[in-house]
Amino acid sequence: MTGNFFYFLTFLTLFAAIGVVASKNPVYSVLFMILTFFALTGHYILLNAQFLAAVNFIVYMGAIMVLFLFVIMFLNMREDTEQHKPMLSKIAAAIAGGILFVVMIAALKDVNTQMMQPAVFDSQIGMVENLGKVLFKDYLLPFELASVLFLAAMAGAVMLGKREPGEQNRF
Amino acid sequence: MELDILLIKGLIIFAVFGITLLIATYSTYAERKVAAFIQDRVGPNRAGPLGLAQPLADAVKLFFKEEFVPANANKFLFIAGPSLAMLTACMSSAVIPFGGTLLIGGEYIHLQAIEVNIGILYVFGIVALGVYGIMIGGWASNNKFSLLGAIRAASQNISYELAMGMSIIALLLVTGTLSMRDIAAQQGQEMFGVSGMNWNIFYQPVGFLIFIICAFAETNRVPFDLPECETELVGGYHTEYSSMGMGLYLFAEYVNIFVASAVMATLYFGGYNFPFMNQLGLPHNVVTILGTVVLFAKIFFFIFFFMWVRWTLPRFRYDQLMNLGWKILIPLSILNVIVTGGAILLKAELF
Repeated sequence: MTGNFFYFLTFLTLFAAIGVVASKNPVYSVLFMILTFFALTGHYILLNAQFLAAVNFIVYMGAIMVLFLFVIMFLNMREDTEQHKPMLSKIAAAIAGGILFVVMIAALKDVNTQMMQPAVFDSQIGMVENLGKVLFKDYLLPFELASVLFLAAMAGAVMLGKREPGEQNRF
Repeated sequence: MELDILLIKGLIIFAVFGITLLIATYSTYAERKVAAFIQDRVGPNRAGPLGLAQPLADAVKLFFKEEFVPANANKFLFIAGPSLAMLTACMSSAVIPFGGTLLIGGEYIHLQAIEVNIGILYVFGIVALGVYGIMIGGWASNNKFSLLGAIRAASQNISYELAMGMSIIALLLVTGTLSMRDIAAQQGQEMFGVSGMNWNIFYQPVGFLIFIICAFAETNRVPFDLPECETELVGGYHTEYSSMGMGLYLFAEYVNIFVASAVMATLYFGGYNFPFMNQLGLPHNVVTILGTVVLFAKIFFFIFFFMWVRWTLPRFRYDQLMNLGWKILIPLSILNVIVTGGAILLKAELF
């Protein structure tokens, strides 16, 4: 049952991910990307990482992809207005992507694929309480440093969006 | 045994789904009656006794209208938009506990469709998805007014989701759990010797205020219904829709109102708990059924509140809406989180 579900989700993920690259219409690309994130959320639930699943769902599907869709709709990009890239850059992109794929296969070839050990395996590790304890006890410093990084990015965004002193108020 | 549990679960899920749709149906009738009451009119009174068959008549009318798709619209997405709006609206009532436990044949049965230990996050995630239906439908119509409505819906939802999330975080600091069932059960404890009165509203009044304002914005109700503002945008995101496409959008709004009311009643107003619930000395099952009745009374009050506000307040201007969201609600909700955290620490130090 769970195994079949995994294959279904994997099929959905790959199908949607290929759809993101292959579709001509930018809005379809974004919708396929939302589907990809939806399938990935399913994978997280299969791994018993409920909190990560919920966060992936809320942050990526619910917020970031809405902004993507927002920008693409605002620019009103459609199939006929999309610029077609020259053949050379398409071939270059395919080769670069293919090389990345080869590197990934080479890296994954020697990976230790031993089964999970029931004696040391904790199925509750992905629950909210356990994740919180790990984040705020064992990895407090990296966690706080990451939040400083976010703050810096936010301040940068506000600075970029701020009006210059001489600029007119547009509203 | 296994089959029994599946059967009971299936029945409960079916019942929750049915109740959600039924209440949403009669909300359309209630809205007209409330509007009529506030404006000193009679309201619908032709179809059936007291006009009670009015929702049915509306549904028949919408079904028999022509399903019109504009010439240059994206046909697939034009149909997918209202369907998605309806789907996401119906999904979130699954985790709401509609009552305590019923004791049948020595077994405790929870009156809740599914229990997930991240219940609040589930509701929050589904609410966040709700905007896709509006955005996709508005874009696919290939109409400038629809597109503007869709874009307004997107920016409004993102802005108010932040403040809503912050007010939920402050609530979670108080309750210490993400499960809707546990949050509802916690509020049944004693407060000053009265059982069933440990409601979160007494701990989080500011959080509730922020939450209810954001709930109005997320359900696109007046005074935040700028995506369908007819004075500026003809009909907003559903300008081009007719027949059931339009019907699904309108219906999804009422389902959203029901879910938002149920979430507010469960998170802040004690859920299915009522004062003196354990001191009356009633049997377990009677208390549970009374609790469900009380919960629905609370939900109906909030639905009435949504309508009351709609027929009382004018709509915001768009820049006022953004200022309220970003410059007032978000700082206030962050302050609320800090004050709540400080109060919890202080209580742990002193007592």
